[in-house]
Amino acid sequence: MQSTAYESPPARSAGAVLRLLVRNHPGVMSHVCGLFARRGFNVEGIVCLPVSDGTRSVILLVVNEEERLEQLIRQLRKLEDVLDVHRAPEARAAFTAVAGWLH
Amino acid sequence: MKTTGAALITTLLERQGIETIAGIPGGASLPLYDALRASNIRHVLARHEQGAGFIAQGMARATGRPAVCFGTSGPGATNLLTAIADAKLDSVPLIAVTGQVPRAMIGTDAFQEIDTYGLTIPITKHNYLVRSAGELLEVIPDAFRVAMSGRPGPVAIDVPKDVQNATIDVDTLPDRGRADPPPRCAPDDIARAAALINAAQRPMLFIGAGIIAADASLALRRLAETASIPVVATLLGLGAMPSEHPLFLGMVGMHAARFTNLLLEECDLLIALGVRFDDRATGKVEAFCPRAKIVHVDIDASELGKIKQPFLGIEADVADVLRTLQPHVVTNRRGEWRQHVARLRAAHPLSTPGTDDPLQPYGAIRHTAALVDDDALITSDVGQHQMWVAQAFPFARPRQWLTSGGLGTMGFGLPAAIGAALAAPERTVICFTGDGSLLMNLQELATAAEEEVNVKVILLNNGHLGLVRQQQQLFYGGRYHASRFHAEPDFAAIARGFGIDAYDLETTAAPAAMLAAALHTRGPCLVNVPIAAEANVYPMVPPGAANRDMIDLRPAPSVTTGETAAVAASREE
Repeated sequence: MQSTAYESPPARSAGAVLRLLVRNHPGVMSHVCGLFARRGFNVEGIVCLPVSDGTRSVILLVVNEEERLEQLIRQLRKLEDVLDVHRAPEARAAFTAVAGWLH
Repeated sequence: MKTTGAALITTLLERQGIETIAGIPGGASLPLYDALRASNIRHVLARHEQGAGFIAQGMARATGRPAVCFGTSGPGATNLLTAIADAKLDSVPLIAVTGQVPRAMIGTDAFQEIDTYGLTIPITKHNYLVRSAGELLEVIPDAFRVAMSGRPGPVAIDVPKDVQNATIDVDTLPDRGRADPPPRCAPDDIARAAALINAAQRPMLFIGAGIIAADASLALRRLAETASIPVVATLLGLGAMPSEHPLFLGMVGMHAARFTNLLLEECDLLIALGVRFDDRATGKVEAFCPRAKIVHVDIDASELGKIKQPFLGIEADVADVLRTLQPHVVTNRRGEWRQHVARLRAAHPLSTPGTDDPLQPYGAIRHTAALVDDDALITSDVGQHQMWVAQAFPFARPRQWLTSGGLGTMGFGLPAAIGAALAAPERTVICFTGDGSLLMNLQELATAAEEEVNVKVILLNNGHLGLVRQQQQLFYGGRYHASRFHAEPDFAAIARGFGIDAYDLETTAAPAAMLAAALHTRGPCLVNVPIAAEANVYPMVPPGAANRDMIDLRPAPSVTTGETAAVAASREE
């Protein structure tokens, strides 16, 4: 959880951006990614960095789940280590910025 | 006070009210067992960690309070996984504590090292890998808080051996973990729900394990009686409403009575309380309650709209909702709807042939029921016998019926019965099982003998994986494969070999009397009930079909395919 991770090409117009505030400890990423895998939710991109004093991290996700977005958010909120989840369309710029390093 | 990580664990478990733990020790949990020896907690030595997990589940399901199981690292942990996953799907507050190799060896493929944390992520509400003895002060109470709060569920705590051995100076112990206050229902939602109920012509209450978890049985019954609303239950909701209650219509879904499923087709308001619209209950979802508006109450927000979009979804404690709703619900005799219910019940009742004969499935169940009182606890394994019991046992109270619903784990019944008997030693615990299921945790007969628990194993023995055989008959053209046991063990001799009384109804001309003798002798016993291999569970909704398309004992008028109809018509019954 100490590094920036980015997978697959940046979501262009499609997909919603979610901002998660999580406890920063080994395993949080497994919890979040595992949830997506086992519930069959499509994640297009992930950016994650520790924030403030390092006890918390922020995970930005691009997800292609228009119809199931509310269900996805509710499932994320059930994770004990996820402290907050909300939609953050303004954070799409983060993916555009990171994309430059990957191409 | 100076203590060790291991002693801190047992101290904190004692403070949570834990009196009995089931488990098996091993290399990575030896410090924990050394501390356990010095504690006031009784340890029940299971014979397989899955048995330990289900013994703890039996305690938790019978009481509603969290129960604890212990396993060592590696295979100890992997053997616990099935019981943990089972607890997740059925929302059981189970706390699994496992030993782990010392921190310095984690990641080296050390002896009996496995990534228990990683393995338990998808099957727990939450899990912990404890990295210092000090963390235990937070982790143990937090684990109980998580297990009990909202929708209950399992928690796994993995503790490396060096953390167990570490000494730590503790000034004050933390507060006990307790459940977070549940979300409160909004007055607007209550008003809307009441208006829907008061306006409905053909309402139906659809209840599940959430009613039992919320201790809401009495509130449910009051509401149902006030507004004369018939009640159907999921497999895990059985007992929340007394079976004999005139408003109770039994279990819904795959093995429901035909009238029950037909009435759900007609209802105009479905009040779904503490249910998750499991496929075994709904059948083909699009065809489930097609005429009904749905009011769905659940403490887990993610269940609202997961399978079926409700007209009104309420995230709240269902007991709170029922209490708040009660004064707003108008008394209504609902004569027309109830007469219709009575007509359909009479026209399409549950058929339970053979109730007089203890050597037939329904007969064995009804005879057993007649020999115990409502205090008795009933567990089952998974398969035909489970469905026959669900259909025919007269459940009278919540937490009387312990069964593996969501995961459908064969091997659940015996260890869960042992756990239930440990939690309620004064009661009789009946474990209905089949020969396929019993063999999956047979070793726990040794635990039952050792603990002298009052568990009566009623073995409906058909020499088959009966529900597999039934599906091969009905849906695979009678092409049987791998569903018959060609070697048929002598279960009575096996039970005696474990030091348990055994009764074989095959060997007597008076099976009812032998069954009575078994049930009236205190202590563990096994009763072998030979039943016909051809006996099937009816009615049955073919997997994936709509609940209206049930295959029945009688020639089925509305089965889904020609092939199925031909097979159903040529059955041997």
